[in-house]
Amino acid sequence: MTQTATGPPPTSSPPPAGPSRAVSAPKPRKRTDRAMSERRLGLMLCAPAAIVMVAVTAYPIGYAIYLSLQRADLRFPNANKFIGLSNYSSVLSSSLWWQDLWTTVFITVVSVAIELVLGMALAIVMHRALVGRGLVRASILVPYGLITVVAALAWKFAFTPGTGFINNWFGSDRAWLTQHGSALFVIILTEVWKTTPFMALLLLAGLALVPDELLEAAKVDGATSWQAFRKVTLPLMKGAILVALLFRTLDAFRVFDSIFIQTGGANNTESVSILGYNQLLNRLNLGIGSAVSVLIFLCVLIISFVFVKLFGANLSQQRGES
Amino acid sequence: MQGHVKEKAWWSSASVIVVVFALLPVAWIISLSLKKAADINDGSFIPKSVTFDNYRNIFDQGVFTAALRNSIGIALISTLVAVLLATTAAYAIARLDFPGKRLVLAFALAIAMFPQISVVSPLFDIWRRIGLYDTWLGLIIPYLTFTLPLAIWVLSAFFREIPWELEQAAQTDGATPFQAFRKVIAPLAAPGMFTAAILVFIFAWNDFLFAISLTSTNRARTVPAAIAFFQGTSQFTQPTGQIAAAAVVVTIPVVIAVLIFQKRIVSGLTSGAVKG
Repeated sequence: MTQTATGPPPTSSPPPAGPSRAVSAPKPRKRTDRAMSERRLGLMLCAPAAIVMVAVTAYPIGYAIYLSLQRADLRFPNANKFIGLSNYSSVLSSSLWWQDLWTTVFITVVSVAIELVLGMALAIVMHRALVGRGLVRASILVPYGLITVVAALAWKFAFTPGTGFINNWFGSDRAWLTQHGSALFVIILTEVWKTTPFMALLLLAGLALVPDELLEAAKVDGATSWQAFRKVTLPLMKGAILVALLFRTLDAFRVFDSIFIQTGGANNTESVSILGYNQLLNRLNLGIGSAVSVLIFLCVLIISFVFVKLFGANLSQQRGES
Repeated sequence: MQGHVKEKAWWSSASVIVVVFALLPVAWIISLSLKKAADINDGSFIPKSVTFDNYRNIFDQGVFTAALRNSIGIALISTLVAVLLATTAAYAIARLDFPGKRLVLAFALAIAMFPQISVVSPLFDIWRRIGLYDTWLGLIIPYLTFTLPLAIWVLSAFFREIPWELEQAAQTDGATPFQAFRKVIAPLAAPGMFTAAILVFIFAWNDFLFAISLTSTNRARTVPAAIAFFQGTSQFTQPTGQIAAAAVVVTIPVVIAVLIFQKRIVSGLTSGAVKG
């Protein structure tokens, strides 16, 4: 049942167990009063939530597209005018955008890859551990519950020379957050620490679906643990893994909080979200800021599209199983 | 037998490593918050002497107490409204037959993956025009939007598990669909609503991007934003200890709640499969 709501494409959303599923059937001319009132009630109950969701996403995105085609600089409020795609060409021809996009992709790919491996290990530990399973689960929920800003600060202070214990423990005097490579390392460490638990919990739910008898059978046939894991567990978990990957990838792509706190984007550690924020609040340039917003939105669409194209069959199979 | 003991030892030590790694930064920030100003830069993991000055200091400052009040108020109102809206929507999705049902679910899913930064610029502009900039409502509205998908998915998954014969029985006894919902199903649905409430609260409590983009003063600035911009009592003292104390104050209640309700949170996260 946990699978029913687990994954994307809506096209394969599980049929609800309603009594009269005649949505796609040719519409009968006369509806019973009961069915009509059910339709009305359904729409009425959904409407408030739907309106709030549309009002704060679809409308602003539309407005962002409109703004991105304008010269809209809050420092020169009277100079607004339609300038076509100029904002996009300014953004796309600047090396800053490509640098930030590359940084974002790098952080996303590296942290999601590490999280997948660690999350899988963690899920197996929780699945297998006979002693202290509850303790492990409780403690990995701590990073999940912690505010991202606080997590970022804790790691920042830990790595700050003088204040932090890291240099003290490892006998180093490195200024971690002021160099490109080591700053990225700290940012990725923070992301991984904070979100691996989420990955592990999703994978644990997938792991619970693998029947023990199959693993036993593989063992009887002479498979090593590693072989059983690769040939039995992994294929059965494919759907759960892909769903976890999709969600974490899109989430990691939005990385903002930890970079803002730890480096502020200095030393080429700026992500596209930081870029958008800076255009807006430091430069007060709504036109350029909106162009960046729309481009980020397009990137997310592309990532989702690639996932659905490459793994669509697996993703919908994941839902079909339920 | 030997192999069994060895395996057990292996899994146990793996568990210990996980627990230590998960709790290390939390222990560190608590330790920092308890250090004396003079010891802040000693780089030692354990404080040499313990003081509560940092805590006293932050509570003496308007900045922190105002932010705390904003955070609590905004997160609670968002949670209440989001759960209410999501409950009615999820009930309709799980139970009723009406056109556009799949559209709502698809749209909710799309929003769960939506890059929040994309709506920050337009919201900033719209909010300034209509006077929602730097207000509670100006934060509550985006929080509702971005938590509704999670809440709807969690609740509709939960509602599919409820024994609906009871509802039919109530309707046979003459109740209208709405009465059946209110009197019979709502009490059964309470645990699911509670799960959704915790997840929504954590999202609102956690948010940083909207909090720094759509507020500018103590009027609506929440704790994560206040911590990020915290300057300390004077320009001559390093605010590290006080930042750590503020971090501990806002972290501890949530961590305790997460630990108390861990079963619900785990089931909610895996059924919704959407991170708040």
